[in-house]
Amino acid sequence: MSVLRVENLNKSFGGLKVTDNVSLSLEAGERLALIGPNGAGKTTLVNQISGFLGADAGAIHLQDDDVTHWPGHKRVRRGLVRTFQISKLAQTLSAIDQVALAIHQRDGSINNMWRRKTSYKKVLDEAHSILDALQLGRLATTTPAEMAYGDQRLVEVALALALKPRVLLLDEPMAGVPKSEAQLVLDALERLPAELAVVIIEHDMDLVFRFAHRILVLANGAVLAAGTPNDIRRNEIVRAVYLGKAGQL
Amino acid sequence: MQAISVLPRMTSAPERFPWHVYVIGLGLIFGLYWLFPGNMLIMTRIAIMAILVMSLDLLTGYAGLATLGHAALYGVGAYAAALCAKFLTGDPLVGLVVAAGVGALLALISGAFLVRYQGLTFLMLTIAVVEIMHNLANKMQHITGGDDGLSGFTIDPLFGTFEFDIFGVTAYWYSAIALFLCYMVLRRIMNSPFGLCCEGIRENRDRMNANGTRIYPQLLKLYVLSGAFAGIAGGLSAQITQVVGLDSMGFTLSAEALVMLVLGGTGNLIGAILGTALFTGIHHFAATTNPFHWLFVIGGLLMLVVFLPQGFVQKAVNRLGRRVVTSTAGVAA
Repeated sequence: MSVLRVENLNKSFGGLKVTDNVSLSLEAGERLALIGPNGAGKTTLVNQISGFLGADAGAIHLQDDDVTHWPGHKRVRRGLVRTFQISKLAQTLSAIDQVALAIHQRDGSINNMWRRKTSYKKVLDEAHSILDALQLGRLATTTPAEMAYGDQRLVEVALALALKPRVLLLDEPMAGVPKSEAQLVLDALERLPAELAVVIIEHDMDLVFRFAHRILVLANGAVLAAGTPNDIRRNEIVRAVYLGKAGQL
Repeated sequence: MQAISVLPRMTSAPERFPWHVYVIGLGLIFGLYWLFPGNMLIMTRIAIMAILVMSLDLLTGYAGLATLGHAALYGVGAYAAALCAKFLTGDPLVGLVVAAGVGALLALISGAFLVRYQGLTFLMLTIAVVEIMHNLANKMQHITGGDDGLSGFTIDPLFGTFEFDIFGVTAYWYSAIALFLCYMVLRRIMNSPFGLCCEGIRENRDRMNANGTRIYPQLLKLYVLSGAFAGIAGGLSAQITQVVGLDSMGFTLSAEALVMLVLGGTGNLIGAILGTALFTGIHHFAATTNPFHWLFVIGGLLMLVVFLPQGFVQKAVNRLGRRVVTSTAGVAA
């Protein structure tokens, strides 16, 4: 059974159609890559799936629930979690505080006004283990303002994992990461829990073809092609639209 | 592979009674009483304003909502305490509870609308609220006394024993202990997961949304909390001066409170108290020394706010932190 199912999703800004009848489905543990040229509507689609943007028509199902009209925070609580193309972290909070905050949100203790945050042993231990698993243990008490950009991207992934997602939407996790730090992020992506369903937007084709089980190619908001990495690699239309006739995928 | 952390891990700490804070706080209250016996009134004023500025810090410092309408919450607290003394009971503690409740109620009503906005829009709307409340207080002369102020009420002795005397000794103890208790409560709240959540909202709302946090109810809770403490400050002022003027609900008071907060450093309750003490102390000293040109000193303080946007307390803490790190590194080397 699909953990995420998108059916005939549509979105227009005035006369501009940014999502044009897009459908997709995702099984538990599956890795789906969304690729396409700039302006193809990849981030818009992720914004709609995550509830940051409403849909004009179509439906989004998260397991048995129709979440099309649910606000973003409610979708997160049901296990649909996202990261951002441009790092959105709390710049003055340490990594451990941010991960702990996500865990407090998940377990409902975020509304507690009377107990000291440092007295939550289980929360802090879990936050440390998430950071350690992403090799961020050394930066636990560091704020994003003092971190390398690659590490900031990993903190975003740590926050997402702290929410114990069933579906993770990764919006260009490698964007802005210098080559010297790229391996850190790649390693982290490869160590994501096997049962987690992941949708990834990425321009780095090496990463896409290494990571994805299936690829969905978008162009002008519509699905141009869908299939396994090998199918996409051989697809002439995708080559023409995405990289030009001479392009190599 | 697990990374080995080179920094000390942030470990959980069991709930312990903060004895050191009690010792320092109560020591300061006793010390100031002993050191400045002739300055009870100004110290009382500082304590009251510090509660107001701490309540402002919840919004501006912790949640990033800069407001210029906080005096509305302070003012209704003041009027509520005065009216309570006039028509219900002169018990000061009951008056404070009423002031806190009315401050929280106005915060709930106005905040339900205000916290949907942020930035300049929020700031302008808070000014609108304080101006509306100021005009309402002016128009409702039969209740508030209008321009003449609300007076003619008496406050009973504290705990039925301590009369509010002309030298302001009881007022000093009353307001200083109220400040201390308010500080302890707010410190506790802002060190909780809820306080951390407010800081997260200040830093990045999209991130908090992506975490699954509903921002509006969290901000509304904080606004109501802030209103309750601003109400307490207003109530204390009314009980101690035994008069409530329209200026207690004015834009000027809101702006002064914001300057005091920025002077001490936002997002830092101790900074809020020290900023208030510095501003009020200098204000008092300058106005006494040179009644004609003291506003220049206040202008100088505003310049300081511009050049030290972090606040002097934060700046001092940062410098001290850097020094400690440098000296530790030196020792390690």
